[in-house]
Amino acid sequence: MLQYIARRLLLMIPTIIAISIVTFIIIQLPPGDYLTSLVASMAETGEEVDQSALETLKARYGLGQPIYVQYFKWAWGIISRGDFGQSFEWNKPVTDLIWERLALTFVLSLSTLLFTWIVAFPIGIYSAVKQYSLGDYVFTFLGFIGLATPNFLLALVLMYISFKYFNQSVGGLFSPQFVEAPWSWAKVADLMKHLWIPMVILGTSGTAGLIRIMRANLLDELHKPYVVTARAKGLPERRLLLKYPVRVALNPFVSTVGWTLPGLVSGSAIVSVVLSLPTTGPLLLRALMSQDMYLAGSFILMLSVLTVIGTLISDILLAWLDPRIRYQ
Amino acid sequence: MANQDQDILLEVKGLKTYFFLDEGTVKAVDGVDFEIRRQQTLCIVGESGCGKSVTARSILQIVDPPGRIVEGEILYHRRNGNTTEVLNLAAMDPRGQEIRAVRGKEISMIFQEPMTSLSPVHTIGNQIMEAILLHMPVSKNEARDTAIDMLRRVGIPKPESRINDYPFQLSGGMRQRAMIAMALVCRPSLLIADEPTTALDVTTQAQILDLMLELQEEMGMAIMLITHDLGVVAEMADDVVVMYLGHAVERGDVDSIFHDPKHPYTRALLRSIPKVGLKARERLDSIRGMVPDPYHRPAGCPFHTRCDEAIPGVCDRIVPPRIPLGDGREVRCLLYTEEYAGER
Repeated sequence: MLQYIARRLLLMIPTIIAISIVTFIIIQLPPGDYLTSLVASMAETGEEVDQSALETLKARYGLGQPIYVQYFKWAWGIISRGDFGQSFEWNKPVTDLIWERLALTFVLSLSTLLFTWIVAFPIGIYSAVKQYSLGDYVFTFLGFIGLATPNFLLALVLMYISFKYFNQSVGGLFSPQFVEAPWSWAKVADLMKHLWIPMVILGTSGTAGLIRIMRANLLDELHKPYVVTARAKGLPERRLLLKYPVRVALNPFVSTVGWTLPGLVSGSAIVSVVLSLPTTGPLLLRALMSQDMYLAGSFILMLSVLTVIGTLISDILLAWLDPRIRYQ
Repeated sequence: MANQDQDILLEVKGLKTYFFLDEGTVKAVDGVDFEIRRQQTLCIVGESGCGKSVTARSILQIVDPPGRIVEGEILYHRRNGNTTEVLNLAAMDPRGQEIRAVRGKEISMIFQEPMTSLSPVHTIGNQIMEAILLHMPVSKNEARDTAIDMLRRVGIPKPESRINDYPFQLSGGMRQRAMIAMALVCRPSLLIADEPTTALDVTTQAQILDLMLELQEEMGMAIMLITHDLGVVAEMADDVVVMYLGHAVERGDVDSIFHDPKHPYTRALLRSIPKVGLKARERLDSIRGMVPDPYHRPAGCPFHTRCDEAIPGVCDRIVPPRIPLGDGREVRCLLYTEEYAGER
C-alpha cells in the first residue's frame, strides 16, 4: 500500500510540471508582457512610472530574456517563495488575493461534498433495494428535477424566498459586520450560519447525480452470486447489504471524487456570483475577463493541481477499498 | 423400513416454486418430491432450466424475488441428541431468524462459480470466519484457528498465510476448496452443491469430487449434488432424482436409474452420453426438439412434445401422477399406470 502511494506521488511530479508549462504558455498568450500592460495602465491613470521599480520587476521575472528563462524564474518563484506573480488589475501580489478565497472555497466545497454524500448514500441504497417502490419513484422524480434545475436559478429562487418571507439576506458567507473582521469564534459561527444555503444549492445536482449512480451500481451488485453465498451463510439482510453489495458498489463512487474537487472549485462560479460569495469562482471569472494573466494563470495552475490531488486521493481510497487494485 | 424413516434428513413434498414476472408466471419447480437420507448423496440431474437450482435454493429459502415457494413442504429432521425435531423450512419467513439459524449452520451451500460466489473485496479468511462467528459462540481468534484448520482439511497448502488471500489470488480449484471450507466449517448435516465442478477443468473436477466424498466420510454430512453431468452422478450418487421442466420425473437409487431407467426422458438422457468406441460416422443419439419455452409449458406431461413414446390424445392432456414402483423408486409417466401399461 505504501509502495503504491509512493509510486503515485512520484507520478504526480511530471504531471504537475506539464501543467505548469501549459499554464505558463497561457499566461504568455496575450500580446505584450506584464510590464507593458502595467506601464500602459499606469500611464492611463496618469501615475508616474518609476523606472527603477520597473527594472527590479524586469529582473525578477526575467522579462526580455528567452522564454524558458522566464518560465524557470516564474516556476522557481512559486516553489521557493510562493510567489505567483503580480495581479496588475488589483496591483497586489496574486498570493494576497487568493489564499483566503481559496480557503473559503475549500470549506464550502468540502461541506458540499459531505452534504452530497450524506444525502445521496442512504437514498441511493434505499432506491436500489426497494426498486420500483413508491419511495424509489419519488426520489427518482426529485433526483431528475434536481439534475435538471440550473444551480444559479435555484440560488435566485432561494434568495427570493428567504428575502421575501424570512426577511433575511442570504448573499455572501458572512453577515455584514463580520466581513472585514479578523477571524474569531463568532466569525466562524457566522460562517456556519451562512454556509448551508450555498451548500444546499451547490449540492443538489451533485446529490441527484450521485443517487442515480449509487442506485445503478447497487442494482448491478444486488443479485451477484456472492450476495447469494452470504445469504446462504445465514447473514441478516441489513448486515449483508452493507458488508457486501454496498461495499462493492462504492468503487465507482469513490473514483469520481477526483473530478468533484476541481468541479466544486470552478463550477460554482456562477452561483458564487449570484450569491456574492467570497470564493475563487468570481475572481477567476473576472481575472479572465480583464486578462489579468498572472492571477488567471495561478488559478488555472491551482485548479489543475487540485484535479491531480483529487485523482490521487480517489486512487488511494480505491486501493484501500479494493484489494484487486492494491495488489496489482 | 422403520429404520429407514430414522435415517431421513430432509423431505421435500409437493414443492412448487413459481416466478411471477410481468411476462407471466414461470413454474420453475412444479411439484417435486424427494428425500435425502443422512450421510447419503442425492444427485439431481436435468438439463439447464429444469428447476434443479431453484429446488436447491428453495430449501434454504434464498430464491430471489419475484420467485417464491407457493406450495409444498420442506421437512428438515433436526437431531438433538436422541430426539428428532421436524421443521418445515418452506413455512418459515425467508428473512426471519429461524431460517437463518439453519442456513450455513445445518444446511450449507456451495455454488458453481467460486470466483463470483466469493466476495472479491474480502479475504477468504474473513468470509470463512464470518460463518463461524455467526453460528458459534467463539472468539475471533478461535474462529481464525478453526478456519485455518478447515482450510488445511480441504487441502489448501500453507493455510496460515492463505487465509489472508483474496479470492482473485487463488486458482479456480483452490477457490472452490475455500468455498467448501466455508460451507463445512460449522459442520452442517447437509451440504447442497449446485454444480460445484462445472466451472473447473476436468482434472480439478475430479479432485474436488474426491475431496467432497472424503469429507463426507470424515464429517458425516449428507450431500445434495446438482449436476447435468451423468458421469458425476455415476461417481457420486446413492440416490438420483431426474428433473424435467420443474417435475421430478423419476427417482430411485443410482444403480436402478442407470441399469433400468423407466421414464422415457431418463432413457433418452442415458442414450445421449457419448460412448468410447462409437464408430466414426455414427451420430450421437440426442433428444429431439428443444426444452419448451417456460412461458408456454405444454399441457399434460411436460415431456410429451419430445417423447417418442407419447400417446396422442392422452399424454398431452393428463398430467402424470407419481407412480411408486417399489424399493423407493418412483416415476411420473402414464405408461406406468395400469390403464396405459399396454401402450409400452
